Amino acid sequence: MDVREIIARRAAQELRDGFYVNLGIGIPTMVANYVGPEIEVILQSENGMLGVGPYPFAGDEDPDLINAGKETISELPGCSYFSSAESFAMIRGGHINLSILGALEVDRQGNLANWMVPGKMVKGMGGAMDLVASARRVIVAMEHATRRGEPKILEACTLPLTGVKVVDTIITELAVIQVTADGLVLEEISTDTSVEEVQRLTGAALTIRVPLKRMVV
Amino acid sequence: MNKVVDSFDAAVADIQDGSTIMLGGFGLCGIPEGLIAALVARNVRGLHTISNNVGVDGFGTGLMLEAGMIASHIGSYVGENKLLEEMVIAGRVALTLVPQGTLSERIRAGGAGIPAFYTPAGVGTVVADGKEVREFDGRQYLMERGLTADFALIKAWKGDRLGNLIYRKTARNFNPMMATAAGCTIAEIEELVEVGELEPDAVVTPGIYVQRVVVGAHSEKRIERRTTRPRSTGSAL
Repeated sequence: MDVREIIARRAAQELRDGFYVNLGIGIPTMVANYVGPEIEVILQSENGMLGVGPYPFAGDEDPDLINAGKETISELPGCSYFSSAESFAMIRGGHINLSILGALEVDRQGNLANWMVPGKMVKGMGGAMDLVASARRVIVAMEHATRRGEPKILEACTLPLTGVKVVDTIITELAVIQVTADGLVLEEISTDTSVEEVQRLTGAALTIRVPLKRMVV
Repeated sequence: MNKVVDSFDAAVADIQDGSTIMLGGFGLCGIPEGLIAALVARNVRGLHTISNNVGVDGFGTGLMLEAGMIASHIGSYVGENKLLEEMVIAGRVALTLVPQGTLSERIRAGGAGIPAFYTPAGVGTVVADGKEVREFDGRQYLMERGLTADFALIKAWKGDRLGNLIYRKTARNFNPMMATAAGCTIAEIEELVEVGELEPDAVVTPGIYVQRVVVGAHSEKRIERRTTRPRSTGSAL
């Protein structure tokens, strides 16, 4: 199974019936593909929509209907539209149950860096700072290490921060890690790896939950 | 009362060099294409723009950038503009990046007569530099200022001669707040309807906020990222 699919499938297990969820660009967007039929979740797009549906059928694209990644989408029955101010009022007001987003770096305190690499092109933070500051739960869904095998989960972030002490859970293709007041707790690992490998690819000390669970995706 | 203006050119005729201008839209969705084109044709300079994005290279607000009309910009995401990066590095455009929710609320506050407010977004980040941090109920917040402008160029779906407006789907985005926050709000609409035709309960922007209405029948409405699914399968977001 593709690494990105593993991460998205595992992250989808965190969704609960009745949740209002905001999904970031990339792997987080894929999470919607793996939500089981037994639960109903409503996806929010921060440009101003609740009830985001799948990509439209070819030929049905509507330039007035896009998600926060500027991709054409469709609407589900019961969807609603509102201004960006209203959208962020519902985010800031704590009405979003869960925000899933990607990261460049996360650290043991739950600090998140995902918007800027100094010296590279400045793109802007978009809505990420608002989402991580105010969603009731924040999950980072990302590949465990960089392509060069360098840790992205660190003792302390080195890149400019998106938010301070905002991440609750980190889900990668190798592990599920909980951010706690006592540091990072390894809750689950993939059947394809070992505690030693996960620790080797992680730049901060991991406390191992007993019993340690195997990731099922 | 008739706020309808005959042409885009007439609608932007009094925008002067150095004006502060809000531009509605998210990406290329819900942008006032006709008003932007007319403004580019007038070639006003030294503008201070406020909009979530700066279009893309070669389209939307990106055209104003290419024409060298923008002196400073406030927005939340500019990742689609290579030209902007070059201009910022060369010191030709002053760029201020603001979290998207903070930007939308600053505009809303500006239009509602609220000079400042507190938000948790950006606490402990570079966004907090130079801003008042205040604790309420054990949590830290940044003080952010309301924003106003000389002009707001917005895009709506239908409107009437009184300036009442409704929007279509996610093309609403920043347009309703910007309508409230400018000294002169100019609305580009797709369809002019008779007074009384818009369902009063459905009006999103009441006409009090709108000074000019101009009908633009020929928007390109370019799609930035065309994503589709094949007809045979189920979900693929």
